Amino acid sequence: MNSESKSHAPHIVPLTTYLAIGSALFVLTAITVWVAHIPLGGWNVVVALFIAGIKATLVALVFMHLLYDKKMYLVIFVSAIVILSIFIMLTMFDVNERGTINAAEAGPINSQSDMYKGRVVDTLAAEHGEAAEAHQPDSVKAVAKPDSSKK
Amino acid sequence: MTHADNRPAHLAHHFTDVEQQKDSAKLGMWLFLLTEVLLFGGLFAAYAIYRSTHIDMFYNAHKFLDVRLGALNTFVLIFSSVTMALAIRSVQLGDRRKALVNLGITLVCAGIFLVVKYFEYSHKFHMGQLPGKFYTFNGIAGSNPHIFFSIYFMMTGLHGIHVLGGIGTIGWMMVRTAKGEFSADYYTPLELTGLYWHLVDIIWIFLFPLLYLIG
Repeated sequence: MNSESKSHAPHIVPLTTYLAIGSALFVLTAITVWVAHIPLGGWNVVVALFIAGIKATLVALVFMHLLYDKKMYLVIFVSAIVILSIFIMLTMFDVNERGTINAAEAGPINSQSDMYKGRVVDTLAAEHGEAAEAHQPDSVKAVAKPDSSKK
Repeated sequence: MTHADNRPAHLAHHFTDVEQQKDSAKLGMWLFLLTEVLLFGGLFAAYAIYRSTHIDMFYNAHKFLDVRLGALNTFVLIFSSVTMALAIRSVQLGDRRKALVNLGITLVCAGIFLVVKYFEYSHKFHMGQLPGKFYTFNGIAGSNPHIFFSIYFMMTGLHGIHVLGGIGTIGWMMVRTAKGEFSADYYTPLELTGLYWHLVDIIWIFLFPLLYLIG
């Protein structure tokens, strides 16, 4: 029916649409750079992601033809994003709330892991008032432990 | 109706008609793009975790990325997305010469992106702002600044590999366009390349503010 006739002759997007979307993406990029310099506290990342979301939507709908193509492709793409959002949200709940029941669980799971070798391990524990042994006011350098190979 | 007549050369024998062939190809491509989103998703999750636990360090470390170069690359990549879309439009209209020009511009933009990335990377190599245990830089306040650079290099590196893959694919599409394999009736490979390239653009659209513009 509708999609039948549409798919028969591929939808050709007018040149002006492509150029308009392209310009909109340029303007949004400029806005996102500009707005990053305004201190909004925690809202900076929200605004940045919101603008990036608009840009991504424009690219997906027009450049990737999701607006004109079979809706199946839109469903696939949107479900990928939904699954990813659930994944990140649940992970963040876990990571940020671990310490509320048992403060000892707030720190890195393995603070002896290679990643932390010779470096201060404090943030998570410190945030939950669990001053780790390395909790110096982490003024400037993240060096620490005398055994770290410093030149 | 026998099965050999009226079949265009580009229709593989296991498809009923051109339409079915095209739909199958596109469905497959979108499923691939879904796995791509999830592949980068793991890195975005890692980013979210470490940014939430190292808020100040992320802020201090991100100042060592050059916003101007990041913004330049964003413009370059968006521009290449536009020319990619225009290349497909040209083929739809049957103008192969214009399609080649647009693909060429896309290819050049991808090259510029990687050259800019090369200068950014070599500067960080020089400064010792490297992932994990290779991190030797002093001067970023906050704990474990090497984590920021682990995440930075993993995310932009994986993205860069995708740009490299895009260059290869776009080059291949240019060869096929020049050979006259595509027409208004058949340009599916070109369309799929476009989908891939736009996804690479979308990922960068998120990487840029998350890495370069931490407010």
